[in-house]
Amino acid sequence: MSNLITKYFPFFTDAEVPHTVSARPDTGLYSAKLGIWLFLASEVMLFGGLFSAYIFLRIGAEPGYWPSGLLNVPVGTMNTAILIVSSITVVMAWAALKMRQLGKYKLYMLVTIICGLIFLTVKLSYEWPAKFNHFGVFIRKDAASKYEEFLGNKHLQDAGQNPRWEISGHLLDAPKGSSYSHQAEHNAEHFAHETGRHDAVTPAENDYVIQVDAVNANPSDKENDRPHFWPVPMSTKLAVISAADVESASVFAPRHSTYFATYFLITGLHGLHVLGGILVFLYLWLPFPGGTKLYKTNPEHLANRVEIAGLFWHFVDLVWIFVFPIFYLL
Amino acid sequence: MSSIATADVGHHGGTEPHGDHHHHELGFWQKYVFSTDHKVIGLQYGITGLSFLFFGFLLMLVMRWQLANPGAAVPVVGAFLRSVFGETVMTDSGALTAAGYNVFGAMHGTIMVFFGVVPVAVAGFGNYVVPLQIGAPDMAFPKLNMASFWCFFTSCVIMTGSFFVKGSAAKSGWTAYPPLAGIADLESGSLWLNGQTVWLIAMVFNITGSLLGSINFITTIIQLRAPGLTWMRLPFFVWAQFVTAFLLVLAFPPLEAAGFMQLTDRVLGTSFFMPTGLMVGQTVAQTWSGGGSPILWQHLFWFLAHPEVYVLILPAIGIVSEIVANNTRKPLYGYKAMVYSVFTLGFLSFIVWAHHMYMTGMGAKVAAFFQVTTIMISVPSVILLTALLLSLWGGSIRFNTPMLFATAFLPMFGLGGLTGIPLAFNAVDLFLHDTYYVIGHFHYVVAPGTIFGLFAGVYFWYPKVTGRKMSEFLGKVHFWGSLVFINGLFFPMFLQGMAGVHRRWYDGGVTYEQLAGPVLHWNKVMTVSAGLLALFQLVFIFNFFTSWRIGKKVGRNPWDATTIDWDTPTPPPHGNFDKPVEVFRGPYEYSVPGHSSDFHPQSQRD
Repeated sequence: MSNLITKYFPFFTDAEVPHTVSARPDTGLYSAKLGIWLFLASEVMLFGGLFSAYIFLRIGAEPGYWPSGLLNVPVGTMNTAILIVSSITVVMAWAALKMRQLGKYKLYMLVTIICGLIFLTVKLSYEWPAKFNHFGVFIRKDAASKYEEFLGNKHLQDAGQNPRWEISGHLLDAPKGSSYSHQAEHNAEHFAHETGRHDAVTPAENDYVIQVDAVNANPSDKENDRPHFWPVPMSTKLAVISAADVESASVFAPRHSTYFATYFLITGLHGLHVLGGILVFLYLWLPFPGGTKLYKTNPEHLANRVEIAGLFWHFVDLVWIFVFPIFYLL
Repeated sequence: MSSIATADVGHHGGTEPHGDHHHHELGFWQKYVFSTDHKVIGLQYGITGLSFLFFGFLLMLVMRWQLANPGAAVPVVGAFLRSVFGETVMTDSGALTAAGYNVFGAMHGTIMVFFGVVPVAVAGFGNYVVPLQIGAPDMAFPKLNMASFWCFFTSCVIMTGSFFVKGSAAKSGWTAYPPLAGIADLESGSLWLNGQTVWLIAMVFNITGSLLGSINFITTIIQLRAPGLTWMRLPFFVWAQFVTAFLLVLAFPPLEAAGFMQLTDRVLGTSFFMPTGLMVGQTVAQTWSGGGSPILWQHLFWFLAHPEVYVLILPAIGIVSEIVANNTRKPLYGYKAMVYSVFTLGFLSFIVWAHHMYMTGMGAKVAAFFQVTTIMISVPSVILLTALLLSLWGGSIRFNTPMLFATAFLPMFGLGGLTGIPLAFNAVDLFLHDTYYVIGHFHYVVAPGTIFGLFAGVYFWYPKVTGRKMSEFLGKVHFWGSLVFINGLFFPMFLQGMAGVHRRWYDGGVTYEQLAGPVLHWNKVMTVSAGLLALFQLVFIFNFFTSWRIGKKVGRNPWDATTIDWDTPTPPPHGNFDKPVEVFRGPYEYSVPGHSSDFHPQSQRD
C-alpha cells in the first residue's frame, strides 16, 4: 500500500530520515513525540491568548455587562465527564497496542471516538442551537426604571450585587423589519400552542415582546441572586419593550456581548480541535496504510502514532477543563 | 557533478531551476514544485521571499516619490500603476491618493516583515542550511515542511490578491490597530472581500505556515544532529535558528488568536476590540455590542511583534557569524558567550513588548517595568555585536563580497540598535513616538542590518546551491552602491524625526511646514537615494540570474570553511551527504597552530 502511494504520489518520497520510529539514544525521544510537544506548546500560547483576552475583557467589563448563569451546567458537566472518560480510554488503547493486543486497541479506540462524537453532537445539536434561540435585550440606563419589574435593580443594590441591564428569554415579537421577525413568529406560534394565549403579538411596530427567563420574571427573589445548577424553566410572563429604550438586542450569538463572543470563539476553536482529534483517531482505527494496517508491518510505529494523537487529545481535554469553569460556573 | 546539474537547469528553466538534486524517477512537478526536499523548499521560500522583498521595496519607492513630490504623478509608470491598482490607489493623472498611500504603507510593512524577511531569513536559509550544517539527510518532518511552504504560499496569493478587491488592500498599517482596523474597508460593501478582512485571512495562513515550520526546525536540530555534533559544537547559525524557532512557536499563536478575534469583530459583529459607544461618522456605531478593548489588540499584537523583531535579526546575526569566522580565518571570539546571549535575548524578548505602547496610557508602573526589561535586552545584543567586532581583531581578513556585507552589517546594526536605546525610555519616547526617528531606527536594524546579512548569506551559500560563484566584481558594485545609498535613505530620517516629522503624513510634511520646514529638503535626498538604491539592486538581480549559467565553477568547499555543510557534493543531492558524516571538533577551528592548513573541518578525524 505504501508502495502504491509512492507510485501515484511520488512527491511523498522522503529521504531516509532517522528517528521517525525509534528513539534517539541521547534525547530518548522519537521525533514526532518532540514535535507534538512543541505543537502543544504553541497551542498553549494560542488558547493562552484567548484566555488572556477573556480575563482582560471580563476585568474591564462595566458592571452588569458580563452575564452569568446562561449556560446549561448539567449538560456541561456531562460533557466534561465524557471528555475525561475518552482521555482514559485513549491511554488504554495505547497500552493495548504496546502489549500488542489489537482487538482491545480497536475497542478502546472506538469508545474514544464515540465519546468525542457525543461531545460534539451535544455541543452542536443542543447547546449552541439553544443559545441561538435565546434572546437578550440590553435596556438603556436612562430607561431602566421603566422595566424595574424585570430588572430588580433596587433589590440588587440592597443585596450589594451588580446591576442588571438585560431582559432575556424567547423573542415572541420583534420590531418591524427586524432580522429576528421569523424567529419571533415561530416562537409566538409555539407559545400560543403551549399556553393557549394569543397576546404575544402587539400592534405596536416598534416593540420587542419577550417571554422572559425566570430570573427576569422574579428579579427581586433572593433565589435568583445566584445562578442555579439545574436550569429553571422559562416563565410565561411577557415583557414588552419599546425599541427606543433598547441599547442593543441580539440572540445569544457572538455579537450579543463580549461574554458570548469569547464563549463561542473559544468553544468553537475547541470544537474544531475535538473534530480534528476524532478524524485522526478514525484514521488510526480504520485499516488505512497508516492506520491498523500498519500494525502488521510495524506495530511500534502505530503505537507511537496513537501516543502522539493521545497527547493531543489530553491537551484538548485539558483546555475544556479550563473552559468549563470560566464560562459555565464563574 | 555540477556540470550535470547545470545541464539540468537549462532544461527546465522554471521557477526553481537551481534546486537540483539527483533523485531518479521524479518529474518536474515532484522535483521542483511539490517537493519534500528541504533544499528545494528552502529555495522556494527564498525565491518567493526575495520577490516579495523587491515588491515591498517598489511599493516604498512610490511612497517616497509622493513624499518628495506631493501630488505629482509618478514618473514613467504612473499610468501603468493606475491601471493595475485602480482608482482607490492612484489618481487618473497617475499620482498616489491618500488612501493609496495608506494601502502601500500597510502592505509595505506587512510584506517586508511577514512575506519577505522572515521567509528568506528563517524559512529560506534555515531550510537550506540547517540540515546541512547538522549533518542531517533532510528535516525531521519532510511532509510537514512541504505543508508549511504551501500554507505560506497560499497566504502569499491571498495577500497579493487583496490589492484587487473592491477598495483595494488593507489600509490600517501592518499593526492593524483597532478600532480603525475594525471598521476599515467595510464601506466597500462586502463583508469578506475587502482589504482588511482578506489581510486577516492571509495572516492566519501565514502564521500557520510559520508555526509548522518552526516546530520542524526545533525537532530537526534536537533530533538529527550528526554523531559527535554536541551542542557546543553547533555552528552559531544553527543556534540562531534554534532560538528564532522558539520565538516563533511561542509568540505567533497569540497573534493568530488576535487575528481570529479581529476577524469575528469584522464579520460576526463581536466587539473584542471595539469599545462601547464608538463614534463612526458622528453617530454611535450600533453594529457592536461594545465592551471591547483596543488596547487588548495592542497587547496581543506586540506580544508577537516584539519577538518578531528578533526573529528578523537573529538569523542574520547567525549568517554574519559564519561569514566573519570564515573570512577572518579565526574562531569566533566568545562563542559560548554568544550562545548564552542569544538565549538570554530570546527569553527577554518576551517581556519587553509594551515598550511599543508607552503612549496608550497604560500607567507609569507598567511603563517602568517594560522600560527596565527593554534596557536589559540591550545587554545580550551588545555582547553579540561586541563578540563579532572582536572577532575581526588581528585577523587577516579576506574582503570578498559576503565578507563586505557581513562587515558592513556590524556598524549598521549597531547604529540601529543604539538609536533604539532612547526609545526605550518612557519620557524620550513620548516625544519620538510615531516620528521618522522610529522609522529610521528599525529600518537600520532590518535593512542595512538584516537585509545586508541576507545578501551576505546569498553570496556565501550561492556556490553550494548552484555549483557556481556569483561575480565578485558585480557583487562589489552592488555592495558599495547599496551601502552609500541605504545610508542616504535612512540617516536623514533621524534628523526629520527629531524635528518632529510624523511617520504617517502622506505629503511628507508640507502641510505642517512651520514645524517640518527646516528638514523638508531631506525628503528629496531620501527619495533620490531610494531610487539609486533600486538601481544597485538591479545589479544584484542580474548577477543572481546570470551566475547560474556563467559563474565560476567551484568544488565542495570554495571558501575553505570548516562546518559540515561544505562536506556535501556541490550541489547537494537528495539525502545530502554521499558518505557517513561524523563530527570531531568545534565549528570554527581556523588557523590552529601546528595544523597543516589554516582550517580544520569539523568532520576531519585529525
